[in-house]
Amino acid sequence: MTEDLRDRVPHLEKHRHTELGFLQTDLRIPKAVLVGNPNVGKSLVFNAISGLYIDVSNYPGTTVEVEKGKFRGFEVYDTPGIYGVSSFNDEERVARDIILNADIVLNVIDGTHMERDLFLTQHLIDMGKKVTVLLNFMDEVKKHEIRIDIDKLSNFLGVEIIPLIASQKIDLDLMEKAMRSAREGVQRRELHSSLHTMLSMVGSQAEALLVLEGDEVVATRHGIKPAAQRDALYVERRNRVNYILNQVLNDSRPRRRFPDLLGRWTVNPITGIPILIVALYISYLFVGKLVAQDFVGFTEGEIGKNLWEPWIQGLVGELIPLSSWIGTLLVGPYGAVTMTTTYLVFLLLPLVAAFYLTLSVLEDSGYLPRLATMVDRGLSALGLNGRAVIPLILGFGCITSATITTRLLNTEREKTIATAILQFAIPCSAQIAVIVALLAGAGFAPMLIYAAVLLSVLIALGTILNRMLKGSPEPLLLDLPPLRMPKFTNVVRKSFVRSTEFMKEAAAWFFVGALSVAIADLVGLLEFFQKLLIPVTTSWLQLPPEAATAFIMGVVRRDFGAAGLYDMDLAPMQVLVALITITLFVPCIASLMVMMKERGLKEGLTIWGGTWVIAFLVGGIVSQVVL
Amino acid sequence: MTTRKSKHPMVENQIIPLHKSRMGQGIRIHALPEGIIRTYFIRLGIKEGEYVTCFERLPGGTVIIQKNRQQIAVGYDLARQILVMVMNERQPE
Repeated sequence: MTEDLRDRVPHLEKHRHTELGFLQTDLRIPKAVLVGNPNVGKSLVFNAISGLYIDVSNYPGTTVEVEKGKFRGFEVYDTPGIYGVSSFNDEERVARDIILNADIVLNVIDGTHMERDLFLTQHLIDMGKKVTVLLNFMDEVKKHEIRIDIDKLSNFLGVEIIPLIASQKIDLDLMEKAMRSAREGVQRRELHSSLHTMLSMVGSQAEALLVLEGDEVVATRHGIKPAAQRDALYVERRNRVNYILNQVLNDSRPRRRFPDLLGRWTVNPITGIPILIVALYISYLFVGKLVAQDFVGFTEGEIGKNLWEPWIQGLVGELIPLSSWIGTLLVGPYGAVTMTTTYLVFLLLPLVAAFYLTLSVLEDSGYLPRLATMVDRGLSALGLNGRAVIPLILGFGCITSATITTRLLNTEREKTIATAILQFAIPCSAQIAVIVALLAGAGFAPMLIYAAVLLSVLIALGTILNRMLKGSPEPLLLDLPPLRMPKFTNVVRKSFVRSTEFMKEAAAWFFVGALSVAIADLVGLLEFFQKLLIPVTTSWLQLPPEAATAFIMGVVRRDFGAAGLYDMDLAPMQVLVALITITLFVPCIASLMVMMKERGLKEGLTIWGGTWVIAFLVGGIVSQVVL
Repeated sequence: MTTRKSKHPMVENQIIPLHKSRMGQGIRIHALPEGIIRTYFIRLGIKEGEYVTCFERLPGGTVIIQKNRQQIAVGYDLARQILVMVMNERQPE
């Protein structure tokens, strides 16, 4: 079987960069890669052909996930959605390397977005790859009365075009045919004259083209300088694509009234803010209420605390005395086996899964780019691109998972600012419940001051970091995909893959975190900190000494901290001071762990340490003013 | 079709920065900033000389341009650097 395939799909590339560990697989198995712009239905095709047995991993050196599967003798890769092949961001770098190592490319394009998508198709053809085009969304093409002359298009491009409706059942035989019929397309003759010299230096047409287009990474691999012909080559390619489209495409009714109107409503603040509130409220009902409170209350409280922990304590108790230091480290209140397992499996897993489900629905519907568009101007003052709205809003649900989504941002600078704002100034849903209850009791004035102080800290923090960090905010330039109904299976599958990935990565960090707290508790460090904090608490914040315990508990989990204030007898303004301090104070252990993983040890600890300073500083100032 | 009244009436063929264009206005891309931004635009189908519509202009100056079915959001800071030529106040329906 494999031999037979080898004859039909001979390797095009003469040499490969197999030092890239992830791609270092059996070279005799032909590799097929799904490539396309974002939201074109690539994943639907990948899911259909690769079935359940897939291999997901983070591409080395990046946080980009790559899925790998098998289909009828081929190794199939799914790549992140891209607009062109180059090295502008992590997604592109990953896709580029996978494409360079591929034998055949299945290029999925959106029939209603041909102007955008054919550019990538032509890019792949210009690279000399063997390509078959899967023309997706044929149902929408028909509905919108777009006429595409597929035969003519196939002649122009020189490759097979297969019409497809990926949201319906995908014919697997047709997909096999697509892979086997992949071939080199038509390249402009002028392109070859420019490629000629470069080809002799790098050996493969794909890499030669990328070096000509100024790709530094590929150029460095061959020890040569990148050329500066990108602009010229891109304009030529664009002209060619526009010429082809003129010949094959007839789109007489470009207006879609209702989706256009809805799209308009979502970006304009007057209608967009109410829409955002409704979307957030529905997400809150699902993640914050149904899962975070009811479901987790059951899994963490009933299964974790009442069943799992006593059971494992009993089991360990048979072997070693529970009061010994090993016993405390393993199964004590902060034990590596007790607390970590309860946290990971019974608390975090349901939260993360629910969170990814919500995120996938928002992503697949095309709403998020529109939301980013609406808030871009406001966020640019804080040094952030409109896209940063996603982690910031998700932070009100759970800081831990929101910190992961800072990956969506393009520059390190923005990731730092967004992470800092999240960890400092945004209370998570677990905390909000307690805060709202306490503030409601304290009265209207404290409520107002609380909101005003937090908002000021958020704005001040963003503004200061924006000035302090090198560079400037990245300008917003976003492709707005059409608003579409998300596909259920795709949402579930995507969330499943992401949740498992997250759990795999988070587990180790959690053990480290739990172990550190357990050791701190064992050697009396926790108690020491509590004593240390008492002077600050009583004279500077003017709160009762027990408040120090609440703060220290807040180090472990934010809602523990807030809940600790519940039983104290505090005046309304004292409640205000305590709540401001505890909101600004350190995020929970889980977010600290995730933050250190995402942003590195140094930056993570700096932000974490900073929250101690700012929390007590701002809390104290408010206390001195109002009390 | 009436046109919106404004203190600064726009003249056809006048060259303005993109953030000053109005909703529904037909415009022609006159100049894009050099470098990576230009590359992004070309990939999405926009280059100098292309005819597009200003689909939406938000308070604050973020602009959404539309070419056929392709919509692209352009932030205020970027829109300021793009020059466009006013074609007509409203495209014929």
